[in-house]
Amino acid sequence: MTVIALDAVKRIVELTVDGREVRVTEGSTILDACRRLGVETPTLCYGDTLTPVNVCRVCVVEVEGSRALVPACSRRVEPGMKVLTDSPRVQTSRRLVLELLGSSVDLSTAPDALRYIEEYEAQPDRFGADSLTVAQAVKVDNELYVRDYAKCILCYKCVEACGDDHQNTFAIAVAGRGFGAHISTELDVTLPESACVYCGNCIAVCPTGALMPVSEFELRRDGLWDEAQQTQVDTICPYCGVGCNLTLHVQGDDIVKVSSPDDHDVTRGNLCVKGRFGYQHVQNRA
Amino acid sequence: MPDLRLLAAEPTDAERAAIDAVVGTAAHDDGRVARSDRTRRHLLLPALRAAQRRVGWVTEGALGYVCRRLEIPPAEAYGVASFYALIALDERPADVLHVCTDLSCRLAGYDELPEGAHPSPCLGLCERAPAALRTLAGEEPRELQLPATGPPLPQEGQPGLRLLRRIADGVDPESLDAYRAAGGYTALRRALELGPAEVLREVTESRLLGRGGAAFPTGVKWEAVAGQPALPHYLVCNADESEPGTFKDRVLMEQDPFALVEAMTIAAFATGCEHGYVYVRAEYPLAHKRLENAFEQARVRGLLGGDVSGSGFAFDIELRIGAGAYVCGEETALFQSIEGYRGEPRNKPPFPVEVGLFGKPTVVNNVETLFNVLEVVSDTGVEYAKTGTEGSTGTRLFCLSGHVGRPGLYEVPFGMPLRELLELAEARPPKAVLLGGAAGSFLRPDQLDLPLTFEDARAAGASLGSGVVIVYDESADLVDAVLRIAEFFRDESCGQCVPCRVGTVRQEEALHRLASKKTNGNELVVLSELAEVMRDASICGLGQTAASAVQSAMTNLGVLAP
Repeated sequence: MTVIALDAVKRIVELTVDGREVRVTEGSTILDACRRLGVETPTLCYGDTLTPVNVCRVCVVEVEGSRALVPACSRRVEPGMKVLTDSPRVQTSRRLVLELLGSSVDLSTAPDALRYIEEYEAQPDRFGADSLTVAQAVKVDNELYVRDYAKCILCYKCVEACGDDHQNTFAIAVAGRGFGAHISTELDVTLPESACVYCGNCIAVCPTGALMPVSEFELRRDGLWDEAQQTQVDTICPYCGVGCNLTLHVQGDDIVKVSSPDDHDVTRGNLCVKGRFGYQHVQNRA
Repeated sequence: MPDLRLLAAEPTDAERAAIDAVVGTAAHDDGRVARSDRTRRHLLLPALRAAQRRVGWVTEGALGYVCRRLEIPPAEAYGVASFYALIALDERPADVLHVCTDLSCRLAGYDELPEGAHPSPCLGLCERAPAALRTLAGEEPRELQLPATGPPLPQEGQPGLRLLRRIADGVDPESLDAYRAAGGYTALRRALELGPAEVLREVTESRLLGRGGAAFPTGVKWEAVAGQPALPHYLVCNADESEPGTFKDRVLMEQDPFALVEAMTIAAFATGCEHGYVYVRAEYPLAHKRLENAFEQARVRGLLGGDVSGSGFAFDIELRIGAGAYVCGEETALFQSIEGYRGEPRNKPPFPVEVGLFGKPTVVNNVETLFNVLEVVSDTGVEYAKTGTEGSTGTRLFCLSGHVGRPGLYEVPFGMPLRELLELAEARPPKAVLLGGAAGSFLRPDQLDLPLTFEDARAAGASLGSGVVIVYDESADLVDAVLRIAEFFRDESCGQCVPCRVGTVRQEEALHRLASKKTNGNELVVLSELAEVMRDASICGLGQTAASAVQSAMTNLGVLAP
């Protein structure tokens, strides 16, 4: 018997990126088209498992006929679109966005941002030493993870992961306005007083290390965190019948962090508190 | 929506009553949420406003009760409440004075803040500057604009006025009978006779362009919504005018509110909307009162409601009040605000004509634009287009303030040279003129022959914006004006996108370094590149124009130039 797919037929859209023709399915984004061609496009607030919020603006590209630049991560392709990813306007805006972020946020644990800064020859210190930053004390209010908002670029990913993209817990939201906008619980209460269920799915999507398991935070603080010495071991979570994939990050003889592959169709990188943090029994050597 | 973890604090009886008056009385109040309370998130801002007007600020108990009644996660409600400048989340007295520290009030002798007063961006009372707003919370909350009245309309008694004629004639703004006696509701009658398609044709033929700042063709917008299969369609009147120096829509709403009701009814009829919203900034209490009165009288006379004028067409209007956020004048931020979210602009496309308020096709028009619709329908589009120029038809309202002898609202045909408008207002010889507001640009004294049209302004690298004309004479401190504009955008950035959130801060910092002569040596390059990234990579018009006036002051007037 022949099985016929009943999905709506998707039309093919043709466009050009930097003069090169590319064909993608209708509904694709410019970022999809760029990736199809192997055109590297920087992204910070974009996540494969999240609804694009297009706020960081580091992925902007030039589209012929459009007055302002457009975010590649969320703009859908249109037939005949002419996209430029390497024009001087694009280069300037990307460099400036990186300089603005680098001048206001501690990016020391944000590998992608650091790589882009080098690539675009951004100079975050050009605004001077007196530039306003988001520097503040790290929030350590529970045993499982820390929130170091001095490292927060306000990409909204954690809010989306905590909200209706993944967890539906809604423990955090963006509060305040302008440069004072920040991620917060209600009335800035501590996590134990908030709706947080410690799934850690916010940590999984954080691109800058602002959210970090206590285990990683303490090793980094003591100068003992060493990714070169770490191995990653894939396994299945033993707690319940769902059987989420776990990736154990092991340094020496210790599990130092647990993540989950975000390309898994079912779990999309998400775990619950047990899967992400409940590994102490494995290394209870007392 | 899953089970929510709610705040523990309880509201006082007074707070509960004030909130219930907005969201309705709970069917049961045992901590569970009534089914009917779902999808009522759009009541969040009205409920927070009601609680604050009752006791002066939003207490934890009030916030928690609103969350429980509307089933909103407390973190999200806190995020919304903390977004708006006029919502207080810290205890404060019931009687608060908000003193305008913005452009026109600075020129009018605003000196320093009285003790205990809060600084405020432009209050839209520029013709009577210096101005303030007093908010009094309590059982009978009130907001008072200070001074309570301004100078009379400068063109009072002059012939030839169109948009301002009823105001100039002193027609009672609280009486529907007076409005009708002055010719009101003849345009609606004609529209109902013509039918929606013909009204659309008249508006298209008038070549009316939007008066909110973007100058988009009204006919194109209306046609696009009228043709959308998705239902319902919404009509939104953008009355959040907050551009420093702008007060035209306030004057129209305060002095001629029935005209707005009539114009919105015509717009809704032409585009197939059953429900309209007027989103008015919180700083305009008299406009709120006059509009509510106009809606009520129109309902009583069958001019709003299920059967408008016996035509079978149903339409009603709801007043929505902002809470102190310039960015909510951006149309998609305004939708977010009405829907109960932070006023963060959405990415476009999709445009509001396809995906607007509550995700539905939406017509958004500025107050002044809608007033023009009455003239278009009364006169026919072709006749209307005979006034003004080829590219800018009709008349335009300009808000004159600063160093002028007769500040106030002026209506002139498009094409009048700026110099002539300044003469009408008895302006002192200017050192500079700010055209279009903080998002506009500064002009030099040798540019005063600029004809006031959209096309001439564009060709001169300027913009008419919302019709702001602030005059700076020889005595004016332009550095102070530029620093205030930079501060304004830094304060009013929603914070969503990096170019605007951080760019407006870096812009202000660099200007302060130049002003205090403590330069790093690279400020001019930095400012020019900041202008480029804000214009090119910001999500919305606020960020895209945040460097416009600053750059024009530097390049055009040499302010802060080395």
